[in-house]
Amino acid sequence: MTGATRATSPGPERIEGHAKVTGTARYAFEHPVADPLYLHPLRATIARGRVTSVDTTAAERVDGVRLVLTHHNAEALVPIGDPELAVLQSDEIAFRGQLIGAVVAETQESAAHAADLVEIRYERMAHDSDFRDDADIVYTPDADASPMLSPDLEEGDVDAALADAAFTVDATYTTPTEHHNPLEPHAVIAAWDDDGLTLHDSNQGSHLVRDLIAPLFGVDKERVSVISPHVGGAFGSKGMPHGHVALTALAARHTAGRPVKYALSRTQMFELVGYRPPTRQRVRLGADREGRLVATEHDSLEQTSRFKQYAEQSASASREMYTSPNRRVTNRLAALDVPAPTWMRAPGEAGGMYALESAMDELAVSAGIDPVELRLRNEPEVAPVSGLPFSSRNLPACLREGAERFGWHERDPRPGVRREGDWLVGTGVAASSFPSLFFPGSLATIRHESGGKYRVEIGAVDIGTGSRTALTQLAAEALEVPVEAVELWLGSTEQPHASLAGGSAGTASWGSTVVEAVRAFRTEHGHDPVSGAETTAGAGKNPDAGEYAMHSYGAQFAEVRVNADTGEVRVPRMLGVFAAGRIVNPRTARSQFLGGMTMGISMALHEHSVVDERFGHVVNHDLAGYHIAGNADVGSVEVDWIDEHDPHVNPVGVKGIGEIGIVGTAAAIGNAAHHATGVRVRDLPLTPEKFLR
Amino acid sequence: MRLNLTVNGRAMTADDVWEGESLLYVLRERLGLPGSKNACEQGECGSCTVYLDRVPVCACLVAAGQAQDREVGTVEGLADGEELSTVQRAFIDEGAVQCGFCTPGLLVAADDLIERVPEPSDAEIREALAGNLCRCTGYEKIMAAVRTAAERSGGTSGSGSSAGGDRT
Ligand code: FES
Ligand code: FES
Repeated sequence: MTGATRATSPGPERIEGHAKVTGTARYAFEHPVADPLYLHPLRATIARGRVTSVDTTAAERVDGVRLVLTHHNAEALVPIGDPELAVLQSDEIAFRGQLIGAVVAETQESAAHAADLVEIRYERMAHDSDFRDDADIVYTPDADASPMLSPDLEEGDVDAALADAAFTVDATYTTPTEHHNPLEPHAVIAAWDDDGLTLHDSNQGSHLVRDLIAPLFGVDKERVSVISPHVGGAFGSKGMPHGHVALTALAARHTAGRPVKYALSRTQMFELVGYRPPTRQRVRLGADREGRLVATEHDSLEQTSRFKQYAEQSASASREMYTSPNRRVTNRLAALDVPAPTWMRAPGEAGGMYALESAMDELAVSAGIDPVELRLRNEPEVAPVSGLPFSSRNLPACLREGAERFGWHERDPRPGVRREGDWLVGTGVAASSFPSLFFPGSLATIRHESGGKYRVEIGAVDIGTGSRTALTQLAAEALEVPVEAVELWLGSTEQPHASLAGGSAGTASWGSTVVEAVRAFRTEHGHDPVSGAETTAGAGKNPDAGEYAMHSYGAQFAEVRVNADTGEVRVPRMLGVFAAGRIVNPRTARSQFLGGMTMGISMALHEHSVVDERFGHVVNHDLAGYHIAGNADVGSVEVDWIDEHDPHVNPVGVKGIGEIGIVGTAAAIGNAAHHATGVRVRDLPLTPEKFLR
Repeated sequence: MRLNLTVNGRAMTADDVWEGESLLYVLRERLGLPGSKNACEQGECGSCTVYLDRVPVCACLVAAGQAQDREVGTVEGLADGEELSTVQRAFIDEGAVQCGFCTPGLLVAADDLIERVPEPSDAEIREALAGNLCRCTGYEKIMAAVRTAAERSGGTSGSGSSAGGDRT
């Protein structure tokens, strides 16, 4: 059905596929350990204040309870600047649901039961968890303080250009709090022995976990082992270790070597492992008679936590997208007494491009220009901010190819005029873009075992993306041996240091590392190496870094049906065409794009963590209340890509595909819903009541 | 209590079981069978789907005591020794596995579907698997895998509906 299959070979099957379909792949919580204990956390039931007293008597009497841990008996951790990891270090409460203790017992049920019996009293202080634009809570983050932040942008005279523009748009879009909800809840098994700490942990980078947990406990990095062979999805929520890892390791200090196991419940995940913060974005566009942008303004207000700053920076999506002589891009934060947000699939771009690409559609409607054509007319020659040439930019090819395949040219642009039975039908388009990142500092070891068999080791991780398979392929290709001759090891600190899986940079960073390590191996050992010949090396600096602007692009097309009576929105058909550099394994890559687009459908139609400001927590904090797209919510989703050879981006020519699939999806669907109904909904998700008026 | 049950054809016993704990916990933490996954513990995600007397159930919602003297089938029992079942093979071939956390439950649900409905239409597949959430694949590959498995089991698969024809 869907997915016009390409002529290319599908690529090798997933290496760990057999283990996963037989149920033998071991995820963090499932690592067999002798004599484990189970942890159940104590969590704050107020949003701000302090713990004044804890009575653990009843809990300690429960059969099988071995430990009740609170800030009274937890050991001091070394302050390393991450408030999320500094668990049980004081009586202060900064958000509802915060970890304030733990019960450790012989079974999960007895730990949970005893946790209920702990009596905690609080001094309650007034809290504020109402996301809004209010000078009391709003500030501009200091871009100089972190390389992750981009400064505000002001070029030319936006107001004057808008006043003179032939066509203008001034619209405000909102996106809600969203939670990653990987299927595997965060989980860890912690055990201390004479050698130090061992963590079986579900994460996006075992080395990063070690790099933070070791100094937190004041031990040498060599004394912390982190093991993560299989991870059941992450989407950013497992990028940084969260408080539960520190809590479990703290508890395991008291169990005389017995391992302590803790898997978060789905509900706990709504407070303890990050989320995409809500945004309120105002976009003003001005264009001349031909639809060429003369002014672009994008301001984003986003939630952060007073406890720990996180800046989503959605407006930055407008920095390098289209050419426009007058531009203003500003990102502001509203600090509240809430849990800390974090990266979630395409942070910044997912929400920012929703706003920009919806505004572009509104501009197309008011200028009477086809939305595909409008985007083509605003293609920049060079990157608008830096002035650098693009390493490659094939957005026009994606738009044209997608329009052709989708049947776009038959589209009647008038909104709200197509009806089939009870359904109003429309189509929409949006562009997508994501920066091509490269994380330096990874190392790989290449070892010739014997008889032409190679062992490749890199402390990377496979969170389900297919990196184990793609890296095996890249290693085999560089070694000029069949895929079967390479055995790849990843997922733990036993392998050489590698960057985390994030920013869609995994295959680019680790793949380049593996390929460069193979080159170093060949230089050292030649083409006929002895058994046991071994080289460890990393990728050097890319000479083209800083010389080119590097992004992947895509065009998303959607058909939407809105029920004329109920407002129900369905997406029977989507097509995404992407230009993302070299596609190493079409089989696993296609799934990555499809998965991103489907998460985009879910973002467009369903996902919304509803905060009750009175208590400061998410009320729909489980999979019954927080709906993620199920099989019956999705129709046909097609994916294709442009063959793109990019010699500049990195040694393997890979741009990253994990995130771009979600970018632009919600805008394409919203634009199609407008085309179907004539109603412009600017607040995600696109729930039925918003179309009934 | 002492729990006696048959899992994947083998008689098994677990001691000191609190009858209120879930069958899923018994399988994963007491019987060394962590193939069935725990992702919500409320019957919403399907990751814990197992057969209970040949009927697929959410093992997170079955109390241990309810499984007394009954027959349980898990993902670990789908393959015949080294030989993968048709559904398992199809999931690998079609690339329907990503992180793999939804996979064990989906395999049991898909196995059951093909057993009941040898030639499922797309709409029937989507409906049958609507209770098995997957956050990674976007479902397309899962649909393809179930069609392929049905075809290989002798049915003709999905022919009842047009390509991509899942319109409501
Ligand atoms: S864990 Fe049983 S349905 Fe989700
Ligand atoms: S493969 Fe990850 S949840 Fe389905």
